[in-house]
Amino acid sequence: MAKITLDNIRHSYLARPEVEEDWALKQLDVVWADGGAYALLGPSGCGKTTLLNIISGLLKPSEGRVLFDDRDVTELPPDQRQIAQVFQFPVIYDTMTVYDNLAFPLRNRGIGETEVDARVRQIAAMLELSERLNTRASGLTADGKQKISLGRGLVRSDVNVIMFDEPLTVIDPHLKWVLRSKLKELHQELRRTMIYVTHDQTEALTFADQVVVMNLGEVVQIGTPVDLFERPQHTFVGHFIGSPGMNLLPCEMDGGKPVFAGRTIPAANADAVKANGGSLEIGVRPEFVSFAEDGIPVQIVKVSDAGRFRIVDTSADGQSIKLLIGEGQGVPSGGACLRFDPDRTRVYRDGWMVT
Amino acid sequence: MNKTVNQKAWFFVLPVLLLVAFNAIIPLMTVVNYSVQETFGANTFFWAGVRWFGEVLQSERFHASLGRQLFFTFTILIIEIPLGVAVALAMPRKGPWVSVCLVSMALPLLIPWNVVGAIWNIFALPDIGLLGRMLNGIGIDYNFTRQPEDAWFTVILMDVWHWTSLVVLLAYAGLVSIPDAYYQAAKIDGAKAWAIFRYIQLPKMKRVLTIAILLRFMDSFNIYTEPFVLTGGGPGNATTLLSIDLVKIALGQFDLGPAAAMSLIYFLIILLFSWIFYTVMTRNEEQ
Amino acid sequence: MQRIKWMVPTVYIAFLMLPIYWLLNMSFKTTNEILGTFSLWPLEFTVQNYVTIFTDPTWYMGYVNSLIYVTINTVISVAAALPAAYAFSRYKFVGDKHLFFWLLTNRMAPAAVFALPFFQLYSAIGLFDTYIAVALAHTLFNIPLAVWILEGFMSGVPKELDETAYVDGYPFWRFFIKIFLPTIAAGIGVAAFFCFMFSWVELLLAKTLTAVEAKPIAATMTRTASTSGYELGLLAAAGSLTIVPGAFVIYFVRNYIAKGFALGRV
Repeated sequence: MAKITLDNIRHSYLARPEVEEDWALKQLDVVWADGGAYALLGPSGCGKTTLLNIISGLLKPSEGRVLFDDRDVTELPPDQRQIAQVFQFPVIYDTMTVYDNLAFPLRNRGIGETEVDARVRQIAAMLELSERLNTRASGLTADGKQKISLGRGLVRSDVNVIMFDEPLTVIDPHLKWVLRSKLKELHQELRRTMIYVTHDQTEALTFADQVVVMNLGEVVQIGTPVDLFERPQHTFVGHFIGSPGMNLLPCEMDGGKPVFAGRTIPAANADAVKANGGSLEIGVRPEFVSFAEDGIPVQIVKVSDAGRFRIVDTSADGQSIKLLIGEGQGVPSGGACLRFDPDRTRVYRDGWMVT
Repeated sequence: MNKTVNQKAWFFVLPVLLLVAFNAIIPLMTVVNYSVQETFGANTFFWAGVRWFGEVLQSERFHASLGRQLFFTFTILIIEIPLGVAVALAMPRKGPWVSVCLVSMALPLLIPWNVVGAIWNIFALPDIGLLGRMLNGIGIDYNFTRQPEDAWFTVILMDVWHWTSLVVLLAYAGLVSIPDAYYQAAKIDGAKAWAIFRYIQLPKMKRVLTIAILLRFMDSFNIYTEPFVLTGGGPGNATTLLSIDLVKIALGQFDLGPAAAMSLIYFLIILLFSWIFYTVMTRNEEQ
Repeated sequence: MQRIKWMVPTVYIAFLMLPIYWLLNMSFKTTNEILGTFSLWPLEFTVQNYVTIFTDPTWYMGYVNSLIYVTINTVISVAAALPAAYAFSRYKFVGDKHLFFWLLTNRMAPAAVFALPFFQLYSAIGLFDTYIAVALAHTLFNIPLAVWILEGFMSGVPKELDETAYVDGYPFWRFFIKIFLPTIAAGIGVAAFFCFMFSWVELLLAKTLTAVEAKPIAATMTRTASTSGYELGLLAAAGSLTIVPGAFVIYFVRNYIAKGFALGRV
């Protein structure tokens, strides 16, 4: 068990990176607290897996250090870092039974059979695998196999962190939820540090206490699911998390207030925005937009039903603005006016929230 | 993959069926025909029943060449399979050396079989061959045309030279198909090199190794040209394997009946071994 | 451990190259030198052996003959195996499993068993000593192999490809030729390679089925060894030249060889 510190990590797969795009990871300083449940969220190719492999030791970063507590482990191979990893596709030892699979990491470390037996049975019980201990692991379904890979990490008492690399990719949709809640339950029981890599926001937000959002090789925000939803630090977070994503409208500053389509829009951080410069945008989530008597005039373009709410597509000054309305609520036909919740409306400069 | 039932698929198979049937069934019938008849001189045949089969099965000559054949086949399997796997394990996985390895290793596979025999003949001859000179040079009395043990050594070494690469190619194909995640997981689980081989590489190679063993078994049982060119079955009958003996009986002595009966017994032995092996390997997989 | 790993393939390749080096060495020597002195390289370097081969039709026609029947065989084997492999990979039909196994058993048939009946069969239908006879005879073991390899590749192509093509209104044969065959081009390459290889290296049947007109190079070599005395230099030169076509072919398909086996199923 340890706190994990990534200190000034940069990584490139090229021998001599020249331009900024050559870096798979641009600049990272992240501290993962002991016992936390983290999710690493981002689109494909954003550097999540690279980061994961740097923590596990499968990859050595081009620059920077990895610290477990205060010990520098940058040069250590995976087996000496006391970590565990669950891969995208289930990795099991086909020829062994479920029991032997779970016992494998312990036996490799020369632990006595009585202790091995106790640990294996305890973990198998937690994972609901007790019944199947003596069957060949290759006969299990995909979710059973993923439980075994997870189990091989859990049986070891010395594990600093368990990492998951998109572990639900090959799991049937109706079992994903079951496995995810199992994982959450195990985390609460064992309090091991877990890092869960995914590109699926639902998986990330339901699993993690802290979500690390990555894009294009850098961390754009670290925060609780509520933070990410209510206070996106970057337009990427606003756009990537939430469905539909945050509305973004180009604006200008006039007299200390952001102006869009000739109208002044009150925003929570308007005071921080001193002047024009860079590309300025107003960001507001569809959840915080509503119809009003007086406000931004828009044309209704489309209404789509999404179950418990409806998504209304509107257009103002050539920009699309989406809002969510409840089931019973009526939609004005043709033109309407919109109001943005001032506390949840923010101004972004070059993508970043102005502070 | 779910296949659809479609009896019209037989039309697709028809060309293959006709070609193979033409080449397999008509000659096989000829062989069966000979095996139950006796011939006196030109084109006079009498019904001989299963007499030839009885004779062949009881003849010491057949037992001796079958014994030599089994010895040969099992020896080369015991050498070629582990050696092939070892070479495949040590081969690089990527980079320019892969091509160099693959191309140079596959080279012996593409040499006509009698040329293989001829190459080894001039390579191993004690007076003009490099191998023969070297062995005699370090004080070993080596002459494969006179000493049966030397003849065996040379025939087996030649087969190892000729065919181990096939095992290497197959094993290598099996190895490169293992996803990296398996090696990474094993590293994290603290597995040592032996455990990685035993629990990851060997199970993943099982399928290709089954193919390798089957092919090597069948082909070594059928081997004719290479040892014939190298030793002619000699000295004496020391390296007369089944096929060589068969050709001697059929074409040398023109004893068609016994030769045909022997052919059929021989074919059945190969079928039987292959079937047993195939069943055992696939049953293990299902468990 | 990692440091000495490269030694294993290196030593193995050296072992493979040693006899080939000796063959090349001899091919550049005169017969007198071969029999008279022992040297690791030719003392009186000569290309006379190669000149003889390239100027004497009984020699060079051997190569031409071999290449012709090998090519015919490869074309027939792959062309016949393609629809059959497609049927095995896509459809279930009465007797499919037995047929597949029966095809494979022909791969096990010892050539020595078939030599004499083949001679009689092809003499009876008047094909003796023609290219087509050897090419047809070699289909006995090449077709099963081609079907097996191609079936493996085709099973790797999702069925949705076929279905999409039908939905798009492709008639079967156009789909097969325009869409399906290009998709499994690598598999066809591998299958053709193995057909080429086994037809090229086989001699017993090729020799039995030919006399003069279609006589393969490898058989011409046996004649030299036995009838015209012991022309070792010439023999070595002819042997060295038989390695060339194989080396060429293998260089072109090197990336597919390993894959071809891995995808074929037992």
